[in-house]
Amino acid sequence: MISLERELRILPPAKLSLEGVSKTFVTKRGEIEALENLSLQVKEGEFVCLVGRSGCGKSTLLNIIAGLEKPERGYVLADGRPVTGPGRDRMMMFQDSALFPWLDVIGNVLFGLKLKPNFSRTDRIEVAKFYLRLVGLEQFTHAHIHALSGGMKQRVALARALAPNPKVLLMDEPFASLDALTREQLYLDIQKIWQERKKTIVFVTHNVREAACLGDRVVVFGVHPGGIRAEFIIGLARPRDINSVAVRELRIGYHRRVKGNTD
Amino acid sequence: MKRALHACIFFSLLVLIWHLLVRAGVWSPVLLPSPASVARYLYEAASDGTLGQAAIVTIRRLLVGYAIGIVLGLPLGLLTARFKFSEDTVGVLALGLQTLPSVCWVPLALLWFGQTEVALFFVVIMGTLWSVIIATDNGVRHVPPIYVRAASTMGSKHLHTWLKVILPASLPFIVSGMKQGWAFAWRSLMAAEIYVTILSGFGLGHLLHYGRELNAMDQFIGIMLVIIAIGLVTDKMLFAPWERLLHRRWGTGLAQ
Repeated sequence: MISLERELRILPPAKLSLEGVSKTFVTKRGEIEALENLSLQVKEGEFVCLVGRSGCGKSTLLNIIAGLEKPERGYVLADGRPVTGPGRDRMMMFQDSALFPWLDVIGNVLFGLKLKPNFSRTDRIEVAKFYLRLVGLEQFTHAHIHALSGGMKQRVALARALAPNPKVLLMDEPFASLDALTREQLYLDIQKIWQERKKTIVFVTHNVREAACLGDRVVVFGVHPGGIRAEFIIGLARPRDINSVAVRELRIGYHRRVKGNTD
Repeated sequence: MKRALHACIFFSLLVLIWHLLVRAGVWSPVLLPSPASVARYLYEAASDGTLGQAAIVTIRRLLVGYAIGIVLGLPLGLLTARFKFSEDTVGVLALGLQTLPSVCWVPLALLWFGQTEVALFFVVIMGTLWSVIIATDNGVRHVPPIYVRAASTMGSKHLHTWLKVILPASLPFIVSGMKQGWAFAWRSLMAAEIYVTILSGFGLGHLLHYGRELNAMDQFIGIMLVIIAIGLVTDKMLFAPWERLLHRRWGTGLAQ
């Protein structure tokens, strides 16, 4: 049996290394090179944002790290071990929350926990409640998914992704469909949770300001073929506010340096 | 309470119109019996036990055939959705046979199984099976792929994904398919009971048949009412709770 403290303890975050990753898609109009010979290193506990317009392969890259898709060439190492499929050490959050409507809020959070072996029922429920508290939804344990607002759904999705205690959190434009006020609150929350739980986060977005607000490092993707065009280290103190002057200046700087050669 | 009152008033009005039509003498009372005589028949048939007996025989046939149809149809529907091979074989067969009115099976069933319960079960199964297969197959194809992807990141695969993700995700389709299957089963059973004298028990269809043969229109219309009532009650008891649950969970339907 796994003890509760052991299950909820803060794990050392993982290091990711991607080497020579390539991926093409076959469509009616021919082959599209989504990613070509891409290499990227993500440090333990780093918050990396991948920015680029749609079609640049940033989501494909995230799927490859998650193990949902296989690269044609190249490989991904998570903590030195090759990624061959999905794993609980790397959890993913989608743009559309992808919560299951036939389960209630805690049922969704429990879904992944039930697949973890050697876990008693009461402990599972304790863990699920812990994460619901962490995202501020302890009042909504038994609410139906469709009754929640978009922001609350993404909070449940975050709790669901955190519950199996992964070392890496992969986020695919998780806040893109939320209203501005909800999003701003979530920017602060995700930074707080990241610092508290010490995760390595790879965050995909097309919003440069969002990337500058959240990331330790912003990696800019270009299209045709998809690949890395530029990188920025963001050294601002945390927690950062999306409306702060510093974040705004970063975005302006980005536009000066990158725009024009991203595509 | 208000809704029950509405229904009460509506149906009382219908009976009243019926009664007035009979009183006006538009049709001969042989063709259109009065509500009172139908009620009298139903009362007598209920008190001497014929009605209850026939209803039990019919409902038993229906339930057994329907249950077998679902037990066979659900897994077959999952298979046709999962494997190209079964889609091209069983899937096409189901699509074809679903268009065949199941009463067409009655003569064959008689020849194959004789005048037995099995013949009737067979007809009911043929009525249920294909629409359950098609609804299940259709439901699985409508499951958003992102559910499966999300589940797989959490460590779900193979059978677990099918039972815990794909099956519940396709429930709205499956329940409507089961409802359609129920309607088809009910229709085909009535047709079979009207056409075929089965030695193993008199069902409602037989009472209908003899009502016609003996020109006992009060019996005929009385049994029709019973058949409608059974259909209504099963819908309200069997399917309505499921549909309400699904609407609540999925947030679909116009909430009252």
